[in-house]
Amino acid sequence: MKIPVRFIASRSAFYLFTAFAAITINFFLPRMMAGDPVTAYMQRNAGQITPEAERSLRILFGLDQDSSVWEQYSDYWQLLFSGDLGRSFSNGLAPVGDVISSALPWTLGLVGIATIVSFVLGTATGALIGWRRGSKADVIVPISTFFSTVPYFWLGLIAIAVFSSTLGWFPASHAYDKGSSPEFTADFIGQVIAHGALPAITIVIASLGGWILGMRNMMLTVLDEDYITVAQAKGMPNRRVLWNYAARNAMLPQLSSFALSIGFIVGGTIVMEMVFSYPGIGKLLLDATTAKDYPLMQGVFLIITMAVLCANILADVAYAILDPRTRQTEA
Amino acid sequence: MPDPLLSVHDFSIVYDVDPPVEAVKNVTLELQRGEILGLAGESGCGKTTLAYGLQRLLRAPAVITSGSVTFHDASGVDIDVNALDIEEMRRFRWDKISMVFQGAMNALNPVTTIGAQLDDVFQVHRPDLNRRERRAACEELLELVAVGRERIRSYPHELSGGMRQRVMIAMALALRPQLMVMDEPTTALDVLVQREILRQISQLRHEFGFSVIFITHDLPLLLEISDRIAVMRNGEIIELAPARELWEQPQHEYTKTLLASFPRLTGERGVLVR
Amino acid sequence: MTTPLNLTRPASAGSPETATLRSPAASIPPKEKTFLSQLASSFAMFRNPKSLTGLVILGVFVAVALLGDVLAPYGALEKDFTALRQAPSWAHLLGTTHMGEDILSQIIYGTRGVLIVGFLAGIIGTAIAVVMGVVAGYTRGWRSESLSAITNVFLVIPGLPLIIIVASQFENPPLILIAAVLAATGWAWGARVLRAQTMSLRNRDFIQAARANGEPLHRIILVEMLPNLMAIIASSFVGTVTAAVLGLTTLAFIGVIPITNLNWGTILFWAQQNGAFPDFWWWYIPAGLCIAILGVALSLINFGIDEYVNPRLRSAGERARAMKKKGLDINETMTIVRTMTKTSTPSKQEGPK
Repeated sequence: MKIPVRFIASRSAFYLFTAFAAITINFFLPRMMAGDPVTAYMQRNAGQITPEAERSLRILFGLDQDSSVWEQYSDYWQLLFSGDLGRSFSNGLAPVGDVISSALPWTLGLVGIATIVSFVLGTATGALIGWRRGSKADVIVPISTFFSTVPYFWLGLIAIAVFSSTLGWFPASHAYDKGSSPEFTADFIGQVIAHGALPAITIVIASLGGWILGMRNMMLTVLDEDYITVAQAKGMPNRRVLWNYAARNAMLPQLSSFALSIGFIVGGTIVMEMVFSYPGIGKLLLDATTAKDYPLMQGVFLIITMAVLCANILADVAYAILDPRTRQTEA
Repeated sequence: MPDPLLSVHDFSIVYDVDPPVEAVKNVTLELQRGEILGLAGESGCGKTTLAYGLQRLLRAPAVITSGSVTFHDASGVDIDVNALDIEEMRRFRWDKISMVFQGAMNALNPVTTIGAQLDDVFQVHRPDLNRRERRAACEELLELVAVGRERIRSYPHELSGGMRQRVMIAMALALRPQLMVMDEPTTALDVLVQREILRQISQLRHEFGFSVIFITHDLPLLLEISDRIAVMRNGEIIELAPARELWEQPQHEYTKTLLASFPRLTGERGVLVR
Repeated sequence: MTTPLNLTRPASAGSPETATLRSPAASIPPKEKTFLSQLASSFAMFRNPKSLTGLVILGVFVAVALLGDVLAPYGALEKDFTALRQAPSWAHLLGTTHMGEDILSQIIYGTRGVLIVGFLAGIIGTAIAVVMGVVAGYTRGWRSESLSAITNVFLVIPGLPLIIIVASQFENPPLILIAAVLAATGWAWGARVLRAQTMSLRNRDFIQAARANGEPLHRIILVEMLPNLMAIIASSFVGTVTAAVLGLTTLAFIGVIPITNLNWGTILFWAQQNGAFPDFWWWYIPAGLCIAILGVALSLINFGIDEYVNPRLRSAGERARAMKKKGLDINETMTIVRTMTKTSTPSKQEGPK
């Protein structure tokens, strides 16, 4: 297989630029706002903060009035490269990195799985609806559109009200039963699945509509292509034409919009975690917001952005594998 | 001694829209085994509809409203195409009649290798072949049309227009069909490539003995390669005659106009000398 | 979720320069046109049942927002301590909160907050999208590339966390700031689609002709291009409003927006804070439904525009149903044989493709 140098180079440049932009935004945000709450906090807790932690907080929030912006900026980068994201006010001054890394796996598991399930399910459904033009299955389109215009958090609230408070089918909150601690036992894994099912299903239902509609519309376009007629003239069975010819081509734009929607989906799931009291990144961000824990907020934003970028890179790799035309090597 | 391969009798196709469009009207013709039949006419005259309709490839709102198409298989069995059910039709397609589509058409699936697309045909129609045999058959086909076996892993976008058309011909040849329908196979290609492809087609026909229905608006081209030529207008065949006869004594006014409309190079009528 | 216009990307992922947009068949304008006829034609994308339905629903919400003072039976925060957490009754059509506030009145006043911020964000966001998209599409080289890179950065960066952080830095963020932040994170889709369409327009004959005639740049863009971009601009506006409404209600629900800006999200925030779930359904169902209905209305408008831009989307379903009435199945892969006698006169001949 040829290596698509040009494709990789242009995409890498884009991701590096985006990462740079996100980090720079993160640098300037607290400088545009008042830095007072941090100063105030540090004064209140003057004795408890180690000089080292104080230095990193000063760099993060631009409290060093005596150094120039450029110096602050380069200090900031150094800090990031050494993995220091400051200390979290609301978690007993624990390093922000540690706080985040204890929450990240929960979000990756819940949002990651739910998003992929939703994408696969929605794309397959959209392909079938597009293929059977004008069939009864068309009613799925308005129904799923309705669900995708409903705010995620409201759907979550209703799901809790119906399925856990009223029917008692699922636990209403948290990632596992109270009193358990994470361990690799069948019992604990069972708890995780029981607690994760309702939020995951809610995320899938809320985001399914977009995929169904996008794929259906692409299928309608692709079905008019010549190679579909050729496949039929070749005597290919319908199933083969649908999946190997039509859906195979229609899903390429679908993958691009997947990459671009990840940021949007992640935004919606943040609130979902709050609704379900799920101990992930999103809940962390909202707790930090309530507690005015600025270092944690900054750190979470940075991590979310990087996670979204990684997901984008994965989507790009998938695209490059599925579409040979991106692998063209000519200059 | 006539040895018919395909008998079309009183065949009509209507697009059932409002108002209905009669695209093919009461066409009757008989194609001989090994014959090249040219189908000429201006665009929109129904020649492509007729060719697709023979294999029942047209989707709704197209409807076959009258007539019959009988395929006289080499095994001696006569197949009534209009009576086939969907599964029989699927098996009939490509195995008995294959098609070469317009050169300009985006006829190859852009995201899979040409090898996989050739292989598809064998997988579906020749399920007893194993992977190695299929691979060998695909490579042989690519050699046959002078694309070269090393291209088996190429994608359509990596090939030139002429190459892609050769791949289409290889694909059409895959199951050794008795009839190949060619719909403007060389129209989008430049003249030199066009020549080569035509030479190749006649060579392959010589070797494998299939019949050809060759559709084009390019009447001089047909005069050169066809045994007989049918001229279509408004969905009807208005003249059907051996090529030489059509050229020397066109009966229908429209045929005369058509012949005269091609620019002259030699001062004589028409452009037969190319 | 905002509905992206139907894009066909033949080549590489995420490279908008290869995105082509199926443009309406009627997009080549006649050379001479009056201002009025142009204005009328620029509304053509709304002339379909889906868009009209959406516009009517939106119109109802706008009317409610405008006539809030007349329609609302009580003040938004008017408390009646004799009627706490009451189920819907004739006195309180949608029941009351834990403080005895009338929920119907809150929803009516909340409509105002939602629509003001939504439209404000839509206007700001669309303005940014038009400038960024059209300039990036019309220019070539590094200017175009860098504008498109900026657009993509804004597409990729997750908007909501950013909004939450910015909004939480303020004790009492003003409406215009909230709208601006929502717009700042919501313009990128529109810009991307507009850029693709502008690039394809740039190479059309009538633009080339205008350029050859020596028409000034602003005239080419304003007179020749913008009318052809109206459908996409409208769709981008509607998309931004949809995203802004979702964003605003989410922010209000989280509690980062001050309660002085009453909107549907605020009602849900109070409901959540005061234990309305699951028993006091009248407190949280109507507000959520309002968001959903407004969202559906906006989506409907955009579906209509999508189908106007890409007629294939509309015709597929309609044609299939029309044929079904005649006993034809468009999905049938084999031509139907039907012997019937036609008495109608043959009309113009058409072949497939």
